[in-house]
Amino acid sequence: MKNKDNQGELWEVFIQSKAGQPYKHAGSVHAYDREMAIDNARDAYTRRGEGTGLWVVKSKEIVAVTPNEEGYFFDPANDKVYRHPTFYEMPEGVKQM
Amino acid sequence: METKLKYYLQIADNALILSHRLSENCSKGPFLEEDLATTNVALDLIGCAESIYEEVALQEGKGKLGDYFAYRRKENEFLNVILVEQPNGDFAHLMVRQFFIDVFHFYFFTELMNSMDDFLKGLAHKTIKEVTYHLKRSSEWMVRLGKGTEESKHRTQVAINKFWKYTHEFFIENIVDKAMLDNEMGVDLAKIQKDWKLKVDEIFYLAHFSIPSNDFSIKGGKDGVHSENLGYILCEMQFLPSKYPDAIW
Repeated sequence: MKNKDNQGELWEVFIQSKAGQPYKHAGSVHAYDREMAIDNARDAYTRRGEGTGLWVVKSKEIVAVTPNEEGYFFDPANDKVYRHPTFYEMPEGVKQM
Repeated sequence: METKLKYYLQIADNALILSHRLSENCSKGPFLEEDLATTNVALDLIGCAESIYEEVALQEGKGKLGDYFAYRRKENEFLNVILVEQPNGDFAHLMVRQFFIDVFHFYFFTELMNSMDDFLKGLAHKTIKEVTYHLKRSSEWMVRLGKGTEESKHRTQVAINKFWKYTHEFFIENIVDKAMLDNEMGVDLAKIQKDWKLKVDEIFYLAHFSIPSNDFSIKGGKDGVHSENLGYILCEMQFLPSKYPDAIW
């Protein structure tokens, strides 16, 4: 048995709340295989009409920034105001940008 | 009671009693996600049963509430098939019982969408979405158990051998089924039996299970003759309304 607590691998769950919207991280589930992962994600996170789309991906397949990389990954953006499009007026009626 | 309402109760009682059995498993699943998933199936089924009981109460017109049919009827007034009363046993038993009934429900509600009765037609359109998912899940589990370990395969085949004799009852046409088929409100059980067998064969092939050769059949539930298990279920389920008949939320 690969996993000593016998509940399968960990999978991350992403939900799309409406067509055209980005997928957002909702949480995680345990499962033995792909079918079980998407079923468990459905049962745990979308039973009350939360979504129109659902992704699951093995947690170990996600590439993430480690805490000791945070400094040189993110800090250089802080003092460069010209990188942010804050000088434009948002047209009326645009809800998502 | 009118034939049509008895037909309604056959459908509702299958859902209610199976839902009760599944609810017994709540907090006893092998792990959290699976526990939640099985309990969700129980919730779908009790929702289905409740909507039917409300309709029976309405059409009967005797001033009863839907709850009456769950909480005040006696054992011999329940019209569910005997398979749904069978105890959960181990996880393989729970899932084999679920698979057999899910295949039946899938083809039953698919056919029922063509009913000439507006209520049954509406019920079928709503319920088919739920049972399609139930069938997907239990079919996947059958294949997973069959291709898992020697032990999972063995335990599941034991459960198949044990429950096989209860499956024939789904397709035995009683007076109610016949009358409802004749007036185009009910379904043709002979057709559903063929579809059921094909689906079971397909999944068993994928999962490497064998069909039991024994065609001995246990029946009677649809006419109110049950196994000893139903009495215990009702004893627990009806305890509160029996002891405190006027209790309300």
